[in-house]
Amino acid sequence: MSSSTPVIGVLALQGDVREHLVALAEADALARPVRRPEELAEVDALVIPGGESTTMSNLALAFGMMTPLRERVAAGMPVYGSCAGMIMLAEKILDGREDQQTVGGIDMTVRRNAFGRQNESFESAIEFKGLQGDPVHGVFIRAPWVESVGAGVEVLAELPAADGAESRIVAVRQGNLLATSFHPELTGDHRVHAYFVQLVAAAAR
Amino acid sequence: MSTTPVNTADQPQIGTARVKRGMAEQLKGGVIMDVVNAEQAKIAEDAGAVAVMALERVPADIRKDGGVARMSDPDMIDGIISAVSIPVMAKSRIGHFVEAQVLQALGVDYIDESEVLTPADEVNHSDKWAFTTPFVCGATNLGEALRRIAEGAAMIRSKGEAGTGNVVEAVRHMRQINGDIRRLATLDENELYVAAKNLQAPYELVKEVAQLGKLPVVLFSAGGVATPADAALMMQLGAEGVFVGSGIFKSGDPAKRAAAVVKATTFFDDPKVIADVSRGLGEAMVGINCDTLPESERYANRGW
Repeated sequence: MSSSTPVIGVLALQGDVREHLVALAEADALARPVRRPEELAEVDALVIPGGESTTMSNLALAFGMMTPLRERVAAGMPVYGSCAGMIMLAEKILDGREDQQTVGGIDMTVRRNAFGRQNESFESAIEFKGLQGDPVHGVFIRAPWVESVGAGVEVLAELPAADGAESRIVAVRQGNLLATSFHPELTGDHRVHAYFVQLVAAAAR
Repeated sequence: MSTTPVNTADQPQIGTARVKRGMAEQLKGGVIMDVVNAEQAKIAEDAGAVAVMALERVPADIRKDGGVARMSDPDMIDGIISAVSIPVMAKSRIGHFVEAQVLQALGVDYIDESEVLTPADEVNHSDKWAFTTPFVCGATNLGEALRRIAEGAAMIRSKGEAGTGNVVEAVRHMRQINGDIRRLATLDENELYVAAKNLQAPYELVKEVAQLGKLPVVLFSAGGVATPADAALMMQLGAEGVFVGSGIFKSGDPAKRAAAVVKATTFFDDPKVIADVSRGLGEAMVGINCDTLPESERYANRGW
């Protein structure tokens, strides 16, 4: 959109918007909240935060954001979604509310609250493909997982199998779209956001 | 020291302060609604609630009926958990850690140690660190908020007079808490020790709040919110989200009012949206003036 530094919006209908704005700022990005179609038109990329996906979907429909979001995604706008944001980027969801709509864009099926209720919420180290240094510290809160992906989707992180459970896909990328089951915005480690900021910069070139 | 060091960082850990507080971060900008059955829970979810609070009677009825108000029936909580996909909270009495243990065993997502129920202990609140399930607690001022956080609360809410439909007490608490935080942020480091003494709160937490300029956990408003404008008022006063109790299901058109409160909470700073969603909502709940409430019926006095 602009020729100068790209501006990254954070969808501010509901959720941990502030933490994403802070993480983006610390990854040297220009970031601002976005609630309306005219605000969406002014940003070059978008983060869909953690939160309650049914609420976000509901508000996106009520305030005329769903169609512009789908149009921008189809036109190649870079988007990163964490947790509820991952659900919003999924082409297909399981265990959603009846009629729950998503923005879509990533050819994947995501199971909502797949890791369980809050009592099962957990933290765990995650090997994240393409990030230097230590494993990423994953914070999973009533988190979804990716049940299956299409051919064009790159798997960036999996939670290793433990206690007889299968390994689960928890981070993916398809083109300019990035999604994680976990919340890097809650950890103070901004490498995932920096990864997205680089993706945005590359897309702007 | 054990001989084989265990790298706990590689083991998945549940019930940490980060996942408890992080859960509340996910609720921000949202509305949590009191519901008494599965049907109401569905209405709340369809309206865009971020969570529901399962309880047997809404506070307005607790006031009317009198008697001892306790934790809800497990069957009723189970019914609500299976009816909706959003988080489900439930209330325990202040200091009744066995009710809290039961709620944790039922798998609720958050426990509200609530003054709306009849306190079980007039001295101690529950030790919330002992639980995997996170707790939200009420507070009327910063000292009270920090005492609850010291006990392990992962989320704080105001203690506005529940069941009155009158937002005045929630406003008082929100102004008090945020005013206390602003005053703390102006103090010299040497002055924080006396501030901690005056607040009757741990020095480390007082120092953290002074540095952050906010609570270390999410702060919601609760008590007396009856209209979309009430919800937006609390958001403009610095609440990070809103609990609505009797205000929705004691009104004329609960589904419509619930959706309107959700929209007004997201667009709390846009009077045009608040005006639009406030049209044709039908009757609001009949309110109670808090200054006619006898001291003994003021829930905010419960907890210390």
